[in-house]
Amino acid sequence: MTDSRPPVHHLRVQNAVGNLLRIGVLLSAAVVLAGGVLFLWHHGGDVPDYRVFRGEPLDLRSIASILRDASGSGRGLVQLGLLLLVATPVARVAFTAIAFAVERDRTYVLIALLVLALLLKSLAG
Amino acid sequence: MNTLTFSATIAAVAFCAGFLGSLTGLGGGFIVTPVLTLLFGADIRYAIGASLISIIATSSGAAAAYVKEGFTNLRVGMLLEIATVLGALVGASLVAVFPARVLTVIFGLMLLLSAYLTTRPRAEHLTADLPPDPLATRLRLDSEYPTAAGPQRYRVRHVPGGFALMWIAGVLSGLLGIGSGAVKVLAMDQVMFLPFKVSTATSNFMIGVTAAASAGIYLRHGYVDPGLAMPVMLGVLAGSMVGARLLFGTSTRRLRVLFAIVIAVIALQMIYHGAFGKV
Repeated sequence: MTDSRPPVHHLRVQNAVGNLLRIGVLLSAAVVLAGGVLFLWHHGGDVPDYRVFRGEPLDLRSIASILRDASGSGRGLVQLGLLLLVATPVARVAFTAIAFAVERDRTYVLIALLVLALLLKSLAG
Repeated sequence: MNTLTFSATIAAVAFCAGFLGSLTGLGGGFIVTPVLTLLFGADIRYAIGASLISIIATSSGAAAAYVKEGFTNLRVGMLLEIATVLGALVGASLVAVFPARVLTVIFGLMLLLSAYLTTRPRAEHLTADLPPDPLATRLRLDSEYPTAAGPQRYRVRHVPGGFALMWIAGVLSGLLGIGSGAVKVLAMDQVMFLPFKVSTATSNFMIGVTAAASAGIYLRHGYVDPGLAMPVMLGVLAGSMVGARLLFGTSTRRLRVLFAIVIAVIALQMIYHGAFGKV
């Protein structure tokens, strides 16, 4: 038995997903770059030390505190950019779920939603 | 060395890593972590945190180009994503359990395996005439992909085996901050008999999603340092964009072998350093 319905290759959806990915990556790179310039402007003369693992301060660890602190420092702004980057594939899974829904492919809507739930759980903790 | 020179040096190294990574299809994470740990003496947890972030950037960037060509099998990708994401959650939680030296040795072993897998000659399976696999049929995984001679149909096989191997790929990705692209492609083209181009494109689709699952845990455990991740992410992204532009039309077989040898040497060095101290 072969599936007579078209696969999820609808050009419009594919193009939308492609553009979403590109915009997400470029936007996050721009935010990271801005944060990086700010960080180096203030701390460029410091001596870096990554030999001993200490872990990041708590305000750079959770989504809520990164969003709150982002405007405060270069490091906070970089972290916000990295968060945007992590959100890009998550948004892609959400988009794919919608694409499956448009095709009334119920099994795969459920599969995509399961993946999305796992991703959101990992981000939210 | 102050932070400004340090960042500039890391960005330059990351650019080369991204460039070579996209040219050979191995990804930049393979070089970034060893360079940060072996040359710059960074703790491996900071290194894999930065490398993981760069993987999301390159995978999403490359995927934007891939999706339009119609090689990606979204059903296969999404189904196997369940396995890799579950694996990544386990792997990322294990980073806190293993000492840095053990992580370094595992990383070296994984590098050796990947170097071997990417240079191994691959034979294309012709599956269009095979009888349909019951599970693959029920999940409607069989599809077609564009070739010069028009659309070519293919059948998918051994779904449970592919799913299991994908879980392992997910664990490794979460544990080591790598894309595990070589293991993902192995699961798809060797176990499930997908055509190469479909395996590669689908693997690329999956890498970013798997890495995003680990990234949540990495962020919460404090492995992602903005000062280190910033030059790595920007450098790898820029390098891979330049590399991807050069890729079309060049034969990369010899380059892959050369790169695999370099990786094997780095791998042995990591195993040595992890086993006999210094890290």
